Amino acid sequence: MNPLNRCVLVLMAGLPIPSALAGDAAAGAAAWVAEHQPGGGAPVRSCVTCHGDDLTKPGRHAVTGKAIEPLAPSVNPERLSDPANVEKWLRRNCRWTLGRECTATEKADFVAYIKTQ
Amino acid sequence: MNHHKQILSVLAVGLFTLGAAGVAFGDDDDDDRRGHRSERSQPRADFAPVTNVAYREECSSCHMAYQPGLLPARAWEAIMSSEGLGNHYGDDASLTDALRNEISAYLTANAADQTGGKRARKFAESRPGADGGLPRISENRYFVHEHDEIPPRFVIANTQVGSFSQCNACHRGADDGDYDEDRVVIPGVGRWDD
Repeated sequence: MNPLNRCVLVLMAGLPIPSALAGDAAAGAAAWVAEHQPGGGAPVRSCVTCHGDDLTKPGRHAVTGKAIEPLAPSVNPERLSDPANVEKWLRRNCRWTLGRECTATEKADFVAYIKTQ
Repeated sequence: MNHHKQILSVLAVGLFTLGAAGVAFGDDDDDDRRGHRSERSQPRADFAPVTNVAYREECSSCHMAYQPGLLPARAWEAIMSSEGLGNHYGDDASLTDALRNEISAYLTANAADQTGGKRARKFAESRPGADGGLPRISENRYFVHEHDEIPPRFVIANTQVGSFSQCNACHRGADDGDYDEDRVVIPGVGRWDD
């Protein structure tokens, strides 16, 4: 493969990944514990609801009770290793927690925060 | 005993044996029609075990990968529709169309009213929950009947269980489709003896 093609491939691979944006870990940490009120009088939700505030520890699904593997790459190297998986879960979990999809900036901040854990 | 009587007795015994064998084989055939071939190697499975990798990977992040034989095909179709996954019992479980179609085809082809295992036909009818939304395995009449003596504190208020959706919290063989009552151990409570 010539260097130009290789460069294009690397750029393409980097484009859709939120982690490719320079996220703000501190902003991600603040957003992690921010509480959101769902409709219908349900209890407030945050990332902590299922994942906890210590990302090196397992979490627990708020509805089914199933254990969730730790999110911190320091103890669970598989985390953040598959961009499509990261996108899928950010979309699903932002919709459940915030009631909407997160912006590219918000997602990059979450990823930057998780990376430090 | 004269010869005629002897021959008749032998014939009668022979016919009886054949009849019994016929019933036994008939049962076997019936099981085969309802179940998967793989059931032969797992004769205890109440439900044909999950064989689709995409289904197991995508759905078991949040809950056990329920055997397809726990719901009828029309229930799986509702659950696996775009709208159904977008509001999956209050959660967002959306998938790409390619994955959604693959998993939906697997679940409906092996549904309770199609095939699925020894106890699957008891789940051929499904009912929605109190919210009137998607069908729920835990609302099935047979399921409710089988669990009606279990106090809620053993399940819902039990932090090690939390919900009836966690079959494998108490049914130690649930991941393999084995829901034998003798294998039930309720965490923090112990063996469940009906």
